[in-house]
Amino acid sequence: MTTITKKDHNPTAHLTPEDIEQLGYELDAIRQDILDDRGDDDAAYIRRVIAVQRRLELASRAVLLGSALPPLWVLGTVGLSVAKILENMEIGHNVLHGQWDWMRDPKIHSTTWEWDMATPAEQWKHSHNQIHHTYTNIVGQDNDLGYGIMRVDEDQRWHPMYLAQPLWNFINACFFEYGIAAYDLELGRNLRIPKEKRSAEFKGNVKKVWAKIRKQATKDYVVNPALGLPFGAFLPALAANFTANVVRNLWSHSVIMCGHFPEGVETFERKSIPDDETRGQWYLRQMLGSANISGSKAMHLMSGNLSHQIEHHLFPDLPSNRYAEVAPKVQALFEKYDLTYCTRPMPQQVYSAWHKVVRLSLPNGWLATTNAKNLPSQLKLLYAMSTKGPKVRRAAQARLQQQARKAAAA
Amino acid sequence: MAAISASGPARGRSAGITLRVALRRVAEAAVTPLALDDVLDVFHPLRGNRGDAGLQGRIVSVTAETEESATILVKPGRDWAGHVPGQYVRVGVDVDGVRLWRTYSLTHGPRRDRNLSFTVKAIPGGVVSNHLVHRVRPGQMLQLEQAEGEFVLPTPIPRKLLLVTAGSGITPVIGMLRNLFSRRVPVDTDIVLVHVNQNESSAIFRDELRAHGAAGHLRLVERYDDAHGILDVNHLDELVPDLGERLTYACGPAGLLDALEKHHADRGLTLTTERFRPVLVEPGEGGTITFADGREVEADGATPILDAAENAGVLMPSGCRMGICMGCVIPMKSGAVRDLRNGAITVAVPGETGPEGVRIQTCISAAAGACHVNEGARSR
Repeated sequence: MTTITKKDHNPTAHLTPEDIEQLGYELDAIRQDILDDRGDDDAAYIRRVIAVQRRLELASRAVLLGSALPPLWVLGTVGLSVAKILENMEIGHNVLHGQWDWMRDPKIHSTTWEWDMATPAEQWKHSHNQIHHTYTNIVGQDNDLGYGIMRVDEDQRWHPMYLAQPLWNFINACFFEYGIAAYDLELGRNLRIPKEKRSAEFKGNVKKVWAKIRKQATKDYVVNPALGLPFGAFLPALAANFTANVVRNLWSHSVIMCGHFPEGVETFERKSIPDDETRGQWYLRQMLGSANISGSKAMHLMSGNLSHQIEHHLFPDLPSNRYAEVAPKVQALFEKYDLTYCTRPMPQQVYSAWHKVVRLSLPNGWLATTNAKNLPSQLKLLYAMSTKGPKVRRAAQARLQQQARKAAAA
Repeated sequence: MAAISASGPARGRSAGITLRVALRRVAEAAVTPLALDDVLDVFHPLRGNRGDAGLQGRIVSVTAETEESATILVKPGRDWAGHVPGQYVRVGVDVDGVRLWRTYSLTHGPRRDRNLSFTVKAIPGGVVSNHLVHRVRPGQMLQLEQAEGEFVLPTPIPRKLLLVTAGSGITPVIGMLRNLFSRRVPVDTDIVLVHVNQNESSAIFRDELRAHGAAGHLRLVERYDDAHGILDVNHLDELVPDLGERLTYACGPAGLLDALEKHHADRGLTLTTERFRPVLVEPGEGGTITFADGREVEADGATPILDAAENAGVLMPSGCRMGICMGCVIPMKSGAVRDLRNGAITVAVPGETGPEGVRIQTCISAAAGACHVNEGARSR
């Protein structure tokens, strides 16, 4: 991934400013069609999903009271995992986006909702709705790109510590909710500041996160297992809750990686974004900065309709149940304006995202120039680059890139 | 959650914590971040003690009164505290998925099943009234608040009463009458009811009132605009010669009530009225924005409320400034705003929109008339 302005072929070069504004009007019209049609059926949809999720979670927790029996453990854990995924994805994420604010139901509103997640809704809304959705894929501004801990772009200088980034990424996936909490707190940046100089806002937010984590952990790892105590199910229930949380984390991490990480998704340079970016330009950035997952209705539901990531990024406040019907119209616009609509089935999209994580964990060009035959010498080179200091690294890097260019030209 | 924080000070005095509170605490801890009430709502929305979740009701039946009016019978949640005949109830109805609030007079007498009923006349263009009269079905849920209102008969009931009603103005009065006439010991009150309607077929409760008249419960004076002409209150004494001896209760459109108030004031007579306030919000361009602390800011129709407020030094929550992040959402108590992206108008009328008003995105909304926003009401 290289920011589009540094690419040999800028995928937006053929669009005039007038084209981009026209594109904006056409997308506004698609949005308006849904607003005009929004009504009873949509309201019934979200209420039904919420009711089903709550019943499923309670039923699963009831089954887990008997989780000393292995079949019940499996059943309860599967149910709880699905319930937790629905709660985070199709319900929590979308309610917090204000997709259902129009119903004026104070119980299902972005200003009142709280979710089954380590990070408090208020902090997540700031980092996600405001920062990520406004500055989508602008390197250095959108921290969703690598969460500030990964190398996500060829332009970022390689350092040996990035060799471990596939491992970090996997650990982050397993404990994703805590990763998000840390990320919402901008923990990395704030911990570098001396303790006495950290802002009162940061300290207050840390307190809120701890309070939230304590409540969440008490629920999953103390109260619910304790309810199973009379049936000898404390430890199995605890394990079930832990498993469900990890399953939910792995799933949501995968879905979210598919949204902005696969090959074909564009990134942007901070200085290439005008201060007075128009609505059309913003739309265009959302179109190029997101990727979809194709699949069944069940997959769309379980991904919180983030499988329609492109549509979600264009219209973050439209009800999620409408993205599927908007998608063909949006895709038609991509074709009309000769842009690439990045969509693949989930396994391919996940593979593509992981491939990029691995590729960027290595020096630029290393993966492209490596084959079975030269593997030993390439590994030696990598070892040297990792251990022998910046001078060797720079020289080897230059050679690698030259070889990669040659190979690509051939 | 309220239960936990409320019992906070009691911590350490374990003897003071009842088993019930302890159980509730455990249950709350088991379902966080939901409140226990959210979970119980899935199974039993009509239970009592819903706390700040408020009161709901389930529609039991919808009975047509005339072509354009219907009586809605509702089974309220256990917390329903009952009412005095003549009072009204605020009802939250989901119309096209959007929750809107209206106020209706309770029309029933005493009921053993504790249900409540109100009668709605569909007014042309009335979003909620048409929905209630023509589209709601038994089983659907409504939001309710406790009964309110001062339009009630005094105790003891006066010896001589005059009731003047027009159109749907009969609705609070029918509740009073049903209550009086269903008593085991008949009330010893001489009642005259002047019931004004446009025509005979649109008169709500016509047959029931005639039956009361025939049974001698009251003297019914039916007045129809098409047959008798518009009622002139200055000739009321022709219909009710002894009106000077009667305590008067009136409910109907503002024109009639204004005339009646003048008529009674001139003669030194006592009058109690109930006014149904019509919605009169005509969206315009720009207007005065009033904030919670009383500050007023003039804004034109093209400037987002957020910008207008900040320019005037009001501290506002904000976010993306392009309408996508919901970081600037605050409640508007009353007034009208225009969505600068597509021109859509959002109106808040006290009593007709939720108890907290309508939440608006200030970064993409411009004033479309005077509006009152509750900035600072939301914790940040």
